[in-house]
Amino acid sequence: MLEVTKLSVAYGGIQAVRNVSFRVEQGEMVALIGANGAGKTSTLKALARLLTAASGSVRYCGQEISALEPHRLVSQGIALVPEGRGVFPRMSIVENLLMGAYSRFDKPAIVADTEHVFSLFPRLKERAQQLAGTLSGGEQQMLAIGRALMSRPKLLLLDEPSMGLAPLMVQRIFEVIRKVADEGMTVLLVEQNAKLALEVSQRGYVMESGEITLTDEAEKLLANPKVRAAYLGE
Amino acid sequence: MAALTFDSLRHDRRTAIAAAVGIGIVLAVFPFIVGTTLGNSWLRILDFALLYIMLALGLNIVVGFAGLLDMGYIAFYAVGAYLYALLASPHFGLHLPVWAIIPLGAVLAGIAGALLGAPTLRLRGDYLAIVTLGFGEIVRIFMNNLNAPINITNGPQGISSIDPIHLGGITLAKPLTVAGITVPSLHAYYYLFLALALLIIFVSLRLEDSRIGRAWVAIREDEIAAKACGINTRNIKLLAFTMGASFGGVAGGLFAGFQGFVSPESFNLMESVMVLCMVVLGGMGHIPGVILGGVMLTILPEFFRHSAGPMQLAVFGKIILDPEALRMLLFGLALVAVMLYRPAGLWPSTIRRREFRNGSTADVLKEGE
Repeated sequence: MLEVTKLSVAYGGIQAVRNVSFRVEQGEMVALIGANGAGKTSTLKALARLLTAASGSVRYCGQEISALEPHRLVSQGIALVPEGRGVFPRMSIVENLLMGAYSRFDKPAIVADTEHVFSLFPRLKERAQQLAGTLSGGEQQMLAIGRALMSRPKLLLLDEPSMGLAPLMVQRIFEVIRKVADEGMTVLLVEQNAKLALEVSQRGYVMESGEITLTDEAEKLLANPKVRAAYLGE
Repeated sequence: MAALTFDSLRHDRRTAIAAAVGIGIVLAVFPFIVGTTLGNSWLRILDFALLYIMLALGLNIVVGFAGLLDMGYIAFYAVGAYLYALLASPHFGLHLPVWAIIPLGAVLAGIAGALLGAPTLRLRGDYLAIVTLGFGEIVRIFMNNLNAPINITNGPQGISSIDPIHLGGITLAKPLTVAGITVPSLHAYYYLFLALALLIIFVSLRLEDSRIGRAWVAIREDEIAAKACGINTRNIKLLAFTMGASFGGVAGGLFAGFQGFVSPESFNLMESVMVLCMVVLGGMGHIPGVILGGVMLTILPEFFRHSAGPMQLAVFGKIILDPEALRMLLFGLALVAVMLYRPAGLWPSTIRRREFRNGSTADVLKEGE
């Protein structure tokens, strides 16, 4: 579904991502793990066209998307949950969700999808009218994921969903991510929390200083002594 | 239950109509009351207040809705005013009708807005403020210097004897007689400005509740998230600049026709700051607040001008400070006091109760487009 070939990203003269290649198949959940500063987020931003890649190709459903404008990706079926959540603080939860459906015009289906998001995150329903800025970090993350789902994506890009959250909240959010994936969504998950990410994914890629150094099935990566030593703290 | 809500709705509608009629009558007789009690100078101030409402609402789109700090907004007012001056004065010998110039002014100012917006798309906050400030000054300096080699703007002397606003055979410069009632010139301008101000208020309200309005707010709140939602942030920002500028262009054209004279001096940085103050002080992004800000900031300095002398006479028995100097001091103090005690503005929006009275998403969608 998504095929990235030799993608490079540079900030000025500094190469943040070097010749990175990976694939995500339809219906699959893939984790991109690595330490802080490894280039994971830069890779994802380049995919979502928030950054312009220095070189390389990104093919989505057989179509080259590396020159598309960012807002076009949403109607192509790609939704990004940005790093640091990025909810609209002075809009209510409902308004935030409706912004997620900005590119859609099928009102009855939009209303139905709002209910679907509320069923995934009952806590959001309780606070539907509350301003997003007044929510806890975990609730904001739920909202950001819910908002991304509102565009009815085929491919969901998640950028560090666990960042800055309490362990219990992280657990709950990952449960929902898993649930969304089980419903047939293709997911690319960028995450520092390697253990959690690999536990919910089928396959994983390990990034180190801008390059992919290791790739395998998630279970095998979890068992890999190198990964265990470097990312699982063992 | 259904009957009950329908009843209350009808009741609401009835009160709304009653309120609208009441406000309409007040607005209609207002110039006569002001004219007879306070005199013509206050009537002029009233006319200017209406122009400033239009300006403030235009800037509110850029600053209040889209969150783009524009410090050179008066440039668009200048574009509208100079367009009117050039097309309806002896300067070029052109005397185009007002219904042609005002829309043209809106379009031209809109284009100027897009020209300002295009190179500043990546800028926000302080940086955008600096660039827009520069833009405003560039426009003013152009007006100041475009008298050579070809005399277009007549330089610092400005353009005078501009045609008063006239429609068909009716001119607003002389008293009008409509159905036996004589309407003096200042009153006639008041009605014209009021009509256009109401139109601009209506357009603002519709924009606020539209898909575009929500996209503006989304960009203000978080630009990256707005992109991730599929908003074409470039076009939507340009649209904010264009729409806001076109309101300024309309107000500028009316100003030129009303004043009969334009010069670059009227479009200096202080004017941009003043309009920005109206938006911020009134309540950024909240249309009633911005209108209030426009009225207050037009009237306050004039009020101090008229009261600073008599007040000193009453308190000290003589005039100690020049009223002209004192009025700006008092005005500045008033601004500081408002910002200290009402940091969100005089009349801020009660956080978005508009869309969620009943709370269901279906209602929100119904209200939307």
